[in-house]
Amino acid sequence: MTGETRELEYDYSRLVVPFGPVHPALKEPVHFKVFVKKEEVVDVGLRLGHVHRGIEALAETRNLVQAMYLVERVCGICSHSHTTCFVGALEEIGRIQPSERALYLRTLVFELERLHSHLLWLGIMAYEIGFDTLFMFAFNTREAVLDLFEEITGNRVHHSMNVIGGVRWDLDGRMVEKVGRSMSKVREAAQRIREIFQDKTVEERLSGVGLLDRGAAQELCTVGPTARGSGLKTDVRKEDPYAAYGALEGSFSIVTRTEGDAYARTEVRIFEIFETINMINEILARLPGGSIRPGETIIRSMNRVPQGEAVSRVEAPRGELLYYVRTDGKGGLRRLKVRTPTLANIVGLRQMLIGGEVADIPVVVASIDPCLSCTNRITVIDLDKGGAGEPLRRRRRKWPH
Amino acid sequence: MRQEGSAVRIGARSRIKSPWLFHLNTGSCNGCDIEIVASLAPRYDAERLGCVLVGSPRHADVILVTGPVTRQMLPRVIRVYEQLPEPKSLVAVGTCAASGAPFIGSGVIEGPLDGIIPVDAYVLGCPPRPEAIVRGIVTAVRRRFS
Repeated sequence: MTGETRELEYDYSRLVVPFGPVHPALKEPVHFKVFVKKEEVVDVGLRLGHVHRGIEALAETRNLVQAMYLVERVCGICSHSHTTCFVGALEEIGRIQPSERALYLRTLVFELERLHSHLLWLGIMAYEIGFDTLFMFAFNTREAVLDLFEEITGNRVHHSMNVIGGVRWDLDGRMVEKVGRSMSKVREAAQRIREIFQDKTVEERLSGVGLLDRGAAQELCTVGPTARGSGLKTDVRKEDPYAAYGALEGSFSIVTRTEGDAYARTEVRIFEIFETINMINEILARLPGGSIRPGETIIRSMNRVPQGEAVSRVEAPRGELLYYVRTDGKGGLRRLKVRTPTLANIVGLRQMLIGGEVADIPVVVASIDPCLSCTNRITVIDLDKGGAGEPLRRRRRKWPH
Repeated sequence: MRQEGSAVRIGARSRIKSPWLFHLNTGSCNGCDIEIVASLAPRYDAERLGCVLVGSPRHADVILVTGPVTRQMLPRVIRVYEQLPEPKSLVAVGTCAASGAPFIGSGVIEGPLDGIIPVDAYVLGCPPRPEAIVRGIVTAVRRRFS
């Protein structure tokens, strides 16, 4: 044996920790390449595309009614936002004006959806900071909202509420009362959740984590609660009112925080829950009468949409959702473009993670409320490698009628 | 039940009272994923059957797959399935995993799932109700482990 000793030099600046796509801390497939120096995150690379389903391309092969079902399935948490945005663009192209009652009902389901999405997110956040009891409590509270969805629209997740020129389901007096009763229950539970989140332990876990200052938030075009947590006063419901938000403008305010950390984003969402409950009560009190949809068949409404193009924006629970729609005048789509809020917010993640600790990664990622099924865009097709080398357009089949 | 060694049989029998679950998203819209979490939450409480959602496929007995398998996830689905220790069971949750609808015709969908790996139970619905998911887990456990 020779007494040779070797000293191992390891360059910590180049240590790469891969996260995902299938990882316990991530609920959806996404790949993070985290460059670490000891415990500190130096840089972050992001790879999307694992759940890319080709919805935009697929929508071009369907007619408008079929496409409505398809865009609803872009996301299972904010499904009503997607159809509201899509149908808003179609109504703008066709110059179709839904009745007042239809617009109020659309707004009602929209706000219920924001409520369930924020409660769900609070549960996920509690889970990420290791507070399983609160996670279970938030999910149990959320069930009350899902019950309302089921009773109003017939389904817990994909509501299929919107049709061109109106909505599909109406509310009777008994249901209006029931929604009101549930709201007071949810408000009580949300108060408790707020008290728990104002606890010192939770505050210390989240304060100063995932910092995104106002300038960076503006420069990176973040939207929704992520932007509002950094002090940007932005909300499509106020800036560009759609559905019945123009009439309801006085019944809600924009919640902002200036700290720009994970705790500020949590606070924004908690206070938005109360704003949303107030707004739902306001909608119930002011629900106008009238019909909820035009008396013609869905196919006839679809054929009334002429050739044209429109851009539509809504404020989904996660931020601004944008649709660009171009119709062909024969009941079909020539182009559909979706810009989802997470696609805007996920760019800010790099800024938030750099300088933080490895243990903070799940909390910071959860703090922007990522919805990756909305965000995934690209499948790389390498023609040189063969196998998956068939161009997409040729593989696409017509929807079997 | 397949003919296997007695060790595997004992392993299978011992899984009946505590099937550990692993959830794999292969392009789902989050609808099914949220309903899986809801089925473990207090209202539907699949945990009373001994189910626990675990973070690694190597710890799991039952794998819940959601989504029409996208091209990017295809190799990962196979790899994750192979990482589950024998005996293992698979539940296809949602219409997407069972048949690919409504994404049939898309150029980047490789599903449905049963053309790739063996499926023990199908739970249909878009998304299925939490009760149905619990029933699907029970069916898969009965089929494979008892």
